[in-house]
Amino acid sequence: MARVDLTSEAADLLRRLRASHGELMFHQSGGCCDGSAPMCYPAGEFRTGSSDVHLGDLAVDSDADSFSVPVWMSAAQFEYWSHTHLTIDVVKGRGSGFSLEAPLGVRFLVRSRLLTDDEL
Amino acid sequence: MTKYAAPGQPGSVVTYRDRYDHFIGGEYVPPAKGEYFANPTPVTGEDFTEIARGTAEDVERALDAAHGAARAWGKTSPSARAQVLNQIADRMEDNLEALAVAESWENGKPVRETLAADLPLAVDHFRYFAGVIRAQEGGISQIDEDLVAYHFQEPLGVVAQIIPWNFPLLMATWKLAPALAAGNAVVLKPAEQTPASIHVLMELIADLLPPGVLNIVNGFGVEAGKPLASSRRIAKVAFTGETTTGRLIMQYASENIIPVTLELGGKSPNVFFSDVAASRDAFYDKALEGFTMFALNQGEVCTCPSRALIQDSIYSDFLGDAVERTKAIKQGNPLDTDTMIGAQASNDQLEKILSYIDIGKQEGARVLTGGERADLGGELSGGYYVTPTVFEGDNKMRVFQEEIFGPVVAVTSFSDYDDAMKTANDTLYGLGAGVWSRDGSIAYRAGRDIQAGRVWVNNYHSYPAHAAFGGYKQSGIGRENHRVMLDHYQQTKNLLVSYSQNAQGFF
Repeated sequence: MARVDLTSEAADLLRRLRASHGELMFHQSGGCCDGSAPMCYPAGEFRTGSSDVHLGDLAVDSDADSFSVPVWMSAAQFEYWSHTHLTIDVVKGRGSGFSLEAPLGVRFLVRSRLLTDDEL
Repeated sequence: MTKYAAPGQPGSVVTYRDRYDHFIGGEYVPPAKGEYFANPTPVTGEDFTEIARGTAEDVERALDAAHGAARAWGKTSPSARAQVLNQIADRMEDNLEALAVAESWENGKPVRETLAADLPLAVDHFRYFAGVIRAQEGGISQIDEDLVAYHFQEPLGVVAQIIPWNFPLLMATWKLAPALAAGNAVVLKPAEQTPASIHVLMELIADLLPPGVLNIVNGFGVEAGKPLASSRRIAKVAFTGETTTGRLIMQYASENIIPVTLELGGKSPNVFFSDVAASRDAFYDKALEGFTMFALNQGEVCTCPSRALIQDSIYSDFLGDAVERTKAIKQGNPLDTDTMIGAQASNDQLEKILSYIDIGKQEGARVLTGGERADLGGELSGGYYVTPTVFEGDNKMRVFQEEIFGPVVAVTSFSDYDDAMKTANDTLYGLGAGVWSRDGSIAYRAGRDIQAGRVWVNNYHSYPAHAAFGGYKQSGIGRENHRVMLDHYQQTKNLLVSYSQNAQGFF
């Protein structure tokens, strides 16, 4: 079952970021100021472990290349999120934290919907 | 009512410069790579200044300056450091109105709040740490007749501080005052959403500090924050932000074996026991205000009372009154002193709040008031305004479990004391909480049973310097405020001294 997806705008942004930074990963944040938002890092920059859940991989296809970007979340947070499907989108803004896209004047954002009975 | 002119406009009490560089080694220096980024005000969405886009080169330069200054600063007498802090406080107080308007324009929060809370609290914070550093004492332990342990507090050296955007000046002060009082040199990175107001302050106080003791490097997290937080040249990093970045900073710190203090947010329960409604008196009115505190600072507070738990015997009446009280919140131009709720700090923050309102509705939570973006018309149409929103639902819903960081409260009921505590503690976080009861015994027990670092009893959102603040659970590590904060910026030096003339007897 697919728990994560992305918009075409987010896919375009991931292509740009990958060209600059190499392979990528997401970790969904909780908490404070810039939290409750997906953080995009170079793959391996953020060390995941037994306290994390791998939600899935975003497939980004283009004429030149195809690649995937894993999406992670802390297991404790996943307990409250497990009934929802996440779509990673991008909006104009200035997210903070160390997420890679912020200097470009944009911010990744999660849009959510309930998983259907079939999906569950 | 007073409506302040926007900074830079005729009659304004403050003017921003067109551009701000880094403040390093006691002077303003341009970024090594020569790049700047535009800084908009959330009040209108228009850019009002541009800011140095810092990189690792600028961070290194700031660390050079800080290391050059740290030793001498750490050797100054506590009274001399206290005097500097008091002078900073005096300058801020003398310029309080200008700083308050600058802060409001920068962050979008109502000037009513910066005048009455942010700035007076910051002034007091510097004075508080000027006081406690002079009152701090080491210890002497007599181990035996001839052996004495002396304990001294020494500064850590050069520390890194990463500041959030929700209270740009006050949160910088929370970190700066204890660090400077304890004798550390600081490299500070403001949030990229609110990088400018600290420079209005810096220009007021620059002459009070020896060059290099306080350095400000602006820029984005990934470009400036990361090289600072991961540097081998810092002795500690203090961060306020969210959980993923907090974990990342801990990872960097683990590589360098340095301490961190982290303040990572919350989902604070505000618990109203039935006796609150025993009478429709001043206390009942105070409790209703306590409910609406979720809208303070547009909900952009780590301790936002974003979950209201109301005992079922008073649930419908109390909630009805609370919704009416929420509807009475005046939203408008943040520079108008009548305005109670201003603009969200950034466009992405606005979008995130709206996305949460959306998932709340999908999960079946009912919107009792608000729930939408507000268009205030005129030049404010470009600003980022959300109407105060009351959701009614179940504690398992995501709007009850995730920090939205907006003027959104999720309300549910409880049957008895145990049920209240179960729901209050059913969260990943433990930063703040509120307990409302006329019965001191219930209030005390609930205050002790809720797993949070700060429990307000029969009040909310007050932040005196002499009360420790910090999180349980995933809300972070360490405390801010209170003299205990000095511990986070000091080493303990033990001199173990023998006054005996005789060999120890091993060899």
